Amino acid sequence: MSAPPHPEYEVVIGLEVHAQLRTRSKLFSPAPVTYGLPPNHAVHPICLALPGTLPVLNAGAVELAIRVALASHCELQPRSVFARKNYFYPDLPKGYQISQYEEPIATGGWLDVRVDADARRRVRLTRIHMEEDAGKLIHDAAIAGGGTHVDLNRAGVPLLEIVSEPDLRSPAEAAAYLRALRSLLRYVEASDADMERGNFRCDANVSLRRHGESRLGTRTELKNLNSFRFVEAALEAEIRRQARLLGEGGRVVQATLHFDPASGRTRVLRLKENADDYRYFPDPDLVPLVLSDAQIESVRRSLPELADARCERFVREHGLAEEDARLLCESRALADFFEAARARHGDADVAKWIRRDVLHALGEHGLEIEASKLAPEALADLVNAVTHGRVTAQSARALVPELVLSGGDPLRLVRERGLEAVSDTSALEAAVDAVLREHASHVERLRAGEEKVRNFLIGQVMKRTGGKADPAALRRVLAQRLGEEAP
Amino acid sequence: MAAPLGTLRECREALDVGATSSSALVEQSLARAKACASLRAFVRLRADAARAEARESDRRRARGEVRSPLDGIPIAVKDILVRAGEQTTCASKILEGFVSPYTSAVMERLEAAGAISIGATNLDEFAMGSSTEHSVYGPSRNPWDAARTPGGSSGGSAAAVAAGIVPAAIGTDTGGSIRQPASFCGVVGLKPTYGRVSRYGLVAFASSLDQVGCFARSAEDVARVHDAIAGHDPRDSTSIPESAPRCADALDGDVAGLVIGLPREYYEPAGIEPGVLAAVREATGALERAGAKLREVSLPHSEHAVATYYLIATAEASSNLARYDGVRYGHRAPGAKSLSEMYRKTRSEGFGPEVKRRIVLGTYVLSAGYYDAYYRKAQQVRTLIRRDFEAAFRGCDLIATPTMPETAFRLGERTEDPLRMYLSDVYTVSANLAGLPGVSLPCGFSSGLPVGLQLLAPPLEEARLLRAADAYQRLAAHHLARPPEPA
Repeated sequence: MSAPPHPEYEVVIGLEVHAQLRTRSKLFSPAPVTYGLPPNHAVHPICLALPGTLPVLNAGAVELAIRVALASHCELQPRSVFARKNYFYPDLPKGYQISQYEEPIATGGWLDVRVDADARRRVRLTRIHMEEDAGKLIHDAAIAGGGTHVDLNRAGVPLLEIVSEPDLRSPAEAAAYLRALRSLLRYVEASDADMERGNFRCDANVSLRRHGESRLGTRTELKNLNSFRFVEAALEAEIRRQARLLGEGGRVVQATLHFDPASGRTRVLRLKENADDYRYFPDPDLVPLVLSDAQIESVRRSLPELADARCERFVREHGLAEEDARLLCESRALADFFEAARARHGDADVAKWIRRDVLHALGEHGLEIEASKLAPEALADLVNAVTHGRVTAQSARALVPELVLSGGDPLRLVRERGLEAVSDTSALEAAVDAVLREHASHVERLRAGEEKVRNFLIGQVMKRTGGKADPAALRRVLAQRLGEEAP
Repeated sequence: MAAPLGTLRECREALDVGATSSSALVEQSLARAKACASLRAFVRLRADAARAEARESDRRRARGEVRSPLDGIPIAVKDILVRAGEQTTCASKILEGFVSPYTSAVMERLEAAGAISIGATNLDEFAMGSSTEHSVYGPSRNPWDAARTPGGSSGGSAAAVAAGIVPAAIGTDTGGSIRQPASFCGVVGLKPTYGRVSRYGLVAFASSLDQVGCFARSAEDVARVHDAIAGHDPRDSTSIPESAPRCADALDGDVAGLVIGLPREYYEPAGIEPGVLAAVREATGALERAGAKLREVSLPHSEHAVATYYLIATAEASSNLARYDGVRYGHRAPGAKSLSEMYRKTRSEGFGPEVKRRIVLGTYVLSAGYYDAYYRKAQQVRTLIRRDFEAAFRGCDLIATPTMPETAFRLGERTEDPLRMYLSDVYTVSANLAGLPGVSLPCGFSSGLPVGLQLLAPPLEEARLLRAADAYQRLAAHHLARPPEPA
């Protein structure tokens, strides 16, 4: 880890993440949750706040919230309450947002976060609560003409707010926490947690204090860090700003800030001194959300094996290195891919292929494992062919990027491209003989005991066969031709 | 001049024996509404739609497919329940031009029962008031004395029934808005248990107190209408899941052994008009002579009921009415140059003075720093009031009180004194705070004006309530008295 830019201060960060829950309908209305519909086409009288409409809680959203709470070791509350957060804004049709306030669905909990290979930190969670999203305003003259228009497709979409304790000590830790949280949300299938599509949004509270100081410094709130790339950059910019202020003998004023990626600076949106009064009170249109032990247990039983447990199992059962296991388990889809490939191939060395070749090929195009056109079974077949000497590792690896991006049957591709390994002895003998003739001096050095020259000679034979020589057969033939062993 | 319609039972029996048709009843009802136009009971008639529905009902009857005891009966509905394709104004300028795309649960049930709404009745704006003087259309008048109020907020519905325009009508009761006008107009008015009738499509005033109910001239007629509209509705989260037993079947005229509690706090002579107290005493005496037992009970927190009610009702109203912002429907002030100006002008122009007063009060009640002292405290007192009733009902089956401490007051008499207007709700608001069913029934006259007897029952005991009310009406015929014909 690089040294912090302001060594005299300790950085304190707490994050509030809004994750959109993966439900078919909205939190309190039967309107669908969809993307890409024309404005105000995913609406119902309830999300338009027409007179006389009443909210009805989406039970599916509650189940997803329970899954997240269980997976993050939270304490589920037997009784939680939806409150009204009152304020006027055109994207808020009722004039209030329904959100859990004094009594959230879950409290406490933690998430283990790995900053790098040897730094691991347990980040405590303050609470998890459910709330509805607002709509959006359209100022685009091309769509809205001169005025401002309101699109309520998003109004009422279910969100889970996950609030961390101020346990994070650097922008890198904050980013690692977000990755871990995203992974967890996807593991339990509660959210797509896709920042680019706006269904995983993050606000950060940041403050600085001198090392050894136990009191927290004055914090500022960074709003809508809506891409992974910006989170670290925004936090670093804000830390720089606060450190400069403090260094000049000034003080940090409690405020809400916005990060401008273009300038790389944070900008004050509003000061907290004239804080809004949201006049929270329990929503009288809803009854308290009561969770029974039976309901919680039934959700617990439906949870998949989570990342930590799975990682330990990969090490234990498949003999993977901790680092490989950790990497594969970061995403449930990736871990599933590995297990499917391993089951077919019968050996955990597919892990190496996934990590080195499949992920590399995907990474080149900014893709994740879900986008792989290469099925885990097909990868297993390819690796199998390498193990059995039907194709060389070199040829196989060269095929992976194409298979990952375009798909296809790897074994057929090997045949069609004439990539079968050369293990036919006469062909190998001819190639070895030619190489021995061409490199007589190397042969002398090998015979004199300079063993590393053997690899040079093997490399030359490989080159001659276009990489198709079966390495085991090649070693055998070379040894024979050098008179080291009997034919 | 068109003659007043008979009771619901008389209308139904005439239909059953073929002495009349739904079309004839609807014509008579429309003609009567016209003859009584000076009462301003209606804000809108739906003459053509009602005639078409009557023809449908007559065709059903001819085919032997009568839907219910209400099939073909003309009724009236307070202009606060929405119906697809039709206006709902809540007697407010702010809902100018609003046409609902969906139908309220109560309207659906009435339609399913075959009842025919001839029009929307007048009310205080958003049901906030006790006189209909806060209607944008101007006040309704009491059929017994046109210089007096019919009460409110469901004054139009009560006046329409009292004047014989319809045999039954729908109202809503948040703090007495059915029982008080029933008392003032000499008709029966039932506020069911909170959650017994769906609020879906009822434009909200105070969500935790609002309940839909009905007016008719007899307890039996009220039972018929209640049976049609009561029951569980999953679209209202506060709706009671248990199915509603039929009340009409419970009316056997028997009160022998029934214990009727008389809360000492409600009979303080200082607060009650002597003629009202005499009529109520006479009514409870009649029930006692028929075999009921009278027992004094205590509701020690009664003195806090009005204050508690106005804290909770205004708090909820301030939030419920935030949606009328000029953005999506209803009135929008023209020419605003900024968003905040649009909000300010729209709401200043759209709401009347009583609604504004309550929004301001409620906003204050929920404000940071006042919430604990007002809203939270009011909720605590509300619990105490509910417990008072639980304790009292351990010693009695029903509670009998005056509905109002007085008879109908003169129009204009109290518009400058809102506090006095609020204080007259002293006997009615507790039932809303405790969620209890209550009925007001005519029990005589004081200086020529009707007096109401209020009966209260434990939650879900509408049948017990109406059985006693019906038994009383078999002993005394005050409910059959007719007001003078309108000038």
